[in-house]
Amino acid sequence: METNERNGSSPAGQGASEGAKVRVENLDFWYGANHVLKDVSLDIRANEVTAFIGPSGCGKSTLLRCLNRMNELIPDTRLEGRVLIDGRDIYRNADPVMVRRRIGMVFQKPNPFPKTIFENVIWGARVNGYKGDEADLVETCLRKAALWEEVKDRLHAQAYGLSGGQQQRLCIARTLAVAPDVVLMDEPASALDPIATAKLEETILQLKERYTIIIVTHNMQQAGRISDRTAFFYMGELIEADATEQLFTRPSRKRTEDYITGRFG
Amino acid sequence: MADSQQISTGAKTGAHADLAVNMLHSPKERAVEYALGFCALVSVLTTLGIAAVLLVESLHFFAEVSIVEFLTETRWTPQFIDKHFGIWPLLSGTLLVTVIAALVALPIGLMSAIFIAEYAPERVRKVLKPGLELLAGIPTVVYGYFALTFVTPLLQTFVPGLNIYNALSAGIVVGVMIIPMVSSLSEDAIRAVPRSLAEGAYALGATRIEVVLRVMVPGAVSGIVASFILALSRAIGETMIVTLAAGAMPNLTANPAESVQTMTAFIVNVSLGDTPQGTVEFYSLFAVGLVLFLMTLSMNFLANLIIRRYRERY
Repeated sequence: METNERNGSSPAGQGASEGAKVRVENLDFWYGANHVLKDVSLDIRANEVTAFIGPSGCGKSTLLRCLNRMNELIPDTRLEGRVLIDGRDIYRNADPVMVRRRIGMVFQKPNPFPKTIFENVIWGARVNGYKGDEADLVETCLRKAALWEEVKDRLHAQAYGLSGGQQQRLCIARTLAVAPDVVLMDEPASALDPIATAKLEETILQLKERYTIIIVTHNMQQAGRISDRTAFFYMGELIEADATEQLFTRPSRKRTEDYITGRFG
Repeated sequence: MADSQQISTGAKTGAHADLAVNMLHSPKERAVEYALGFCALVSVLTTLGIAAVLLVESLHFFAEVSIVEFLTETRWTPQFIDKHFGIWPLLSGTLLVTVIAALVALPIGLMSAIFIAEYAPERVRKVLKPGLELLAGIPTVVYGYFALTFVTPLLQTFVPGLNIYNALSAGIVVGVMIIPMVSSLSEDAIRAVPRSLAEGAYALGATRIEVVLRVMVPGAVSGIVASFILALSRAIGETMIVTLAAGAMPNLTANPAESVQTMTAFIVNVSLGDTPQGTVEFYSLFAVGLVLFLMTLSMNFLANLIIRRYRERY
């Protein structure tokens, strides 16, 4: 499937000729005997928001977790094919720990550590051997995650005292502190109320200036609001990937059209 | 058709009538309630009864021996002509054995808990966990015999001057006995830490040992500390191993190579002997028992306190 073609809605200067930030090549994935990803090939461009959509069980979260090797924490899984970041294979001759430092992840349910706000942000940087000014890094990351103004007076309070939306933005700040290039988000707004969701989406749009963002979402309006490109998955297969506007207005596949118009899913 | 109509109407009328009956106060419901309540009460009453007996009988002892002597005297010689009743030799014996047991059981127990919870593949875990718990099923008399006839001779080959009855051997074997308690309870505590926290840490580029030491163990710390305390209170109360392997010499010492007598071993020896009832030696049993009871009781309280105070909430 050709997913790499140039299109009008992408930001200036971004094109297929520059090569993909993340490239997935003929990826197959199994949980035990269950074949959950079937020959998926996809290019993801730098400094864009790419949304993965599709009905439950279509493999979109699994693919996301293949991109930073989180799936290998689950026993009895198997992967074939290649995932490249900046042309470099992340599965062969690569350490999963080093891969995850370049490709951060924010989860469906906010999962801050039972520590203070400050400790949460600095945690990943510390295990990665960060030696600079901690207060500085914490402030920078909290600002990027649009949380600084809300927590600057209580950095040493417990993270669990924050609201769900604040906790999720804290998890984003924590991820940014490790200085990744790519940030994966697995339905980051599914546990949040509409106001917190709007705030989170605003944050994501600000982040794409510096990061490549891949977001799994159940919410097609959300994909429409924040993503530059959208990939639609069904039953473990990538059905279609295109500029978001294109995919939502003139899908090239019947299956995509049925899904986005609400005929199934 | 007509029949079923009738039945359903009949049932309805019946149901209306039944509303007036209070099922919860029927004799059968009450009998069950009382039976269950009685069973629950038995254990509470037993504990209170034991505490009361210990207290009352100890009062006989403290009528003859002042509490000051009991707490300050450094000799414990109830069966000699020249009787002295200072609790310290017995207390130090108990503490010495407990400290040695702790040095063995806490690190080994915690590390095996971490291994089973985070490192072992499912297949290994399935063998290892029941295997460790099997250790808890060995009768303590077997442990005691093992300490005396195997561990002590083994230790004597590289600890010169090791008494045949000694605190070291008994302490090590008590430690082995309480490993399953530490490992099993600690493992449960570690596994109770939500998987999402570990995943979050892995996603930040943490290595396995970083996830274990900085997320899982801190998250489980209250359970781990509680397992330590419960295991130690078990070590303090352990009787058979120390009676067989530690000796019968009340000895105020911190030297693990020497023979010591613990509070429990003293109680065994005097209970088995021909100590006449009503004498001060006889009553000393209850005083020692009371001290033992207070120690384990306060450790259990401490464990509960720690579980509540230091629980990391997630």
